[in-house]
Amino acid sequence: MKAALVFLEHYGDELEKGGLGVLSKAASLGDAAGVVLGPGAGTLAARAGAFGAANAYACEDEALSAPLPQPRVDALAALVEKTGADAVLFAASVLAADVAAGLAARLDAGLNWDLTDLVLSDGDLVGKRPALGDTVLVDVGWTSSPRLALVRAGAFDPVESGGSAEVEEFEASFSDFSTLATLVEQTQEEASGPSIEDADIIVAGGRGLGSPEAFSLLEELAGALGGAVGATRAVVDAGWYPYSTQVGQTGKTVSPKLYVACGISGAIQHKVGMQGSGTIVAINKDPNAPIFDFCDLGVVGDIHQIVPKLTELVRSRQ
Amino acid sequence: MKIAVCVKQVPDATVHKRIDPGTKRLDRSGEGALNPTDLNAVEAALRIKEAQGGEVVLVSLGPEKAMESLRKALAMGADRALLVSDDGAAGSDLVGTSTALARALERVEADLVLFGQASSDGDGAVLWAAVADRLRRPLISQVASLTVDGDSVTGKRQTEHGYDLISAPLPAVIAVSDAINEPRYPSLKGIMGAKSKAQETVTLADLGIDAAHAGEAGAKTAVLELGSPPSRGDQVKIEDDGSAAQKILDYVLERRLL
Repeated sequence: MKAALVFLEHYGDELEKGGLGVLSKAASLGDAAGVVLGPGAGTLAARAGAFGAANAYACEDEALSAPLPQPRVDALAALVEKTGADAVLFAASVLAADVAAGLAARLDAGLNWDLTDLVLSDGDLVGKRPALGDTVLVDVGWTSSPRLALVRAGAFDPVESGGSAEVEEFEASFSDFSTLATLVEQTQEEASGPSIEDADIIVAGGRGLGSPEAFSLLEELAGALGGAVGATRAVVDAGWYPYSTQVGQTGKTVSPKLYVACGISGAIQHKVGMQGSGTIVAINKDPNAPIFDFCDLGVVGDIHQIVPKLTELVRSRQ
Repeated sequence: MKIAVCVKQVPDATVHKRIDPGTKRLDRSGEGALNPTDLNAVEAALRIKEAQGGEVVLVSLGPEKAMESLRKALAMGADRALLVSDDGAAGSDLVGTSTALARALERVEADLVLFGQASSDGDGAVLWAAVADRLRRPLISQVASLTVDGDSVTGKRQTEHGYDLISAPLPAVIAVSDAINEPRYPSLKGIMGAKSKAQETVTLADLGIDAAHAGEAGAKTAVLELGSPPSRGDQVKIEDDGSAAQKILDYVLERRLL
């Protein structure tokens, strides 16, 4: 890998940590430059230096102010041409997936996604991709340049190295169709405590809780631990808990340091969203629940007994 | 209003999925089914058709037997199916797949192209963005609710931070999330009628696609090696005898997670 561009997504005036993690990783493999797109990008791009970027690129065009993918494809395609970068790396997100795939079509470039690691093999970039519900780990490569990659959420932690990056501003011209979609309105979801993407600790609940009311037990435990509450698809579909907390294939992929699964059977749908967690503790009254096959500590028992007691113990330590 | 829905046959949920070590591709020889989240896209298309009139065309890329799965969507109420099937397309990556689908969609000339959320066999929920770029049409993805009004479409896009309401003129490409609707079951009449609906199969050559730009030959990505994921290491399993809460806390503290 000669030179990689890393797309740094931002929300408000913060760079997302997913992109910074990918940047840190890319910088450990070779030359990596951060790319920030949208008004205010210049200031944000300067921060990329602290995470290992030798330089950074910023495009402040107003056409990039809404979080829409297509104008970003134009901007990145222009930057690839300008810099001759041989890799463009993304941390997976709703926006980044669309940008990466649009860029792949535009440049007829290979895109590998859902990568959990990036390594160099004889100087060539190789991605590690878990497949089939993470039962197989596939080594994937590229047959041409530039190499495009989407990295699974939370795969790499940002590493602050304290350097600084020189920011170069660049211009982009936009395709006629790229600016047709427009943002009408943005609604933020009210969230208390950390979001499940950012939380170091997640306490998650499934059908085994028995009722929506039991989620209050999880909220208390999560509160005591300084974590967030997650939910399975089954309980979200049943209306027990908000959609935004859904962990799994059709929900969010999370990788906290600690994941406490309460009354979750461990269906593959859920497993793919949380198995990147550092430590998994599972509490379930069914000793045959599949989750016991991929947790670190499995507890066969009643959530209604164990969780309040655990909350009490955690609180009494503080 | 002409609506094209891109759908895909995937291995049935009951089939044990495996990667063929020879071709390093997913073994698709077993029972197939329509990708579950594609049903949400079919349902969304049918609702628009029912409200405003028009035609719903299924567009797919896959082996010939994929038509069997497409019939389920015809039974739900789609009007016809166009399947791109060609041995030369096997092993296509995003570049090849999006090219074939875009060419097929150009034939259909739809006002609206719909995609489902993600395929259950591990494709990355990215295809629509590549197809939209090739078709040079506006894109809205991860759409949890959709309104089509005259010559424009508005979608509520679900993001990590909340919802973005996005509007685009037709023709447009829309990818719906599985939160958008509850797909209907085909009626007996629908099932009976599906067989007689138009089901066209075309090759890459029919679409003017050079074999060198399709399948494994045209792929820009490659599977290098298959391995086993790292195991989680030693597992501990206990039964609650009243002390489980304390044991969990000890376990977590030992690992310095608090």
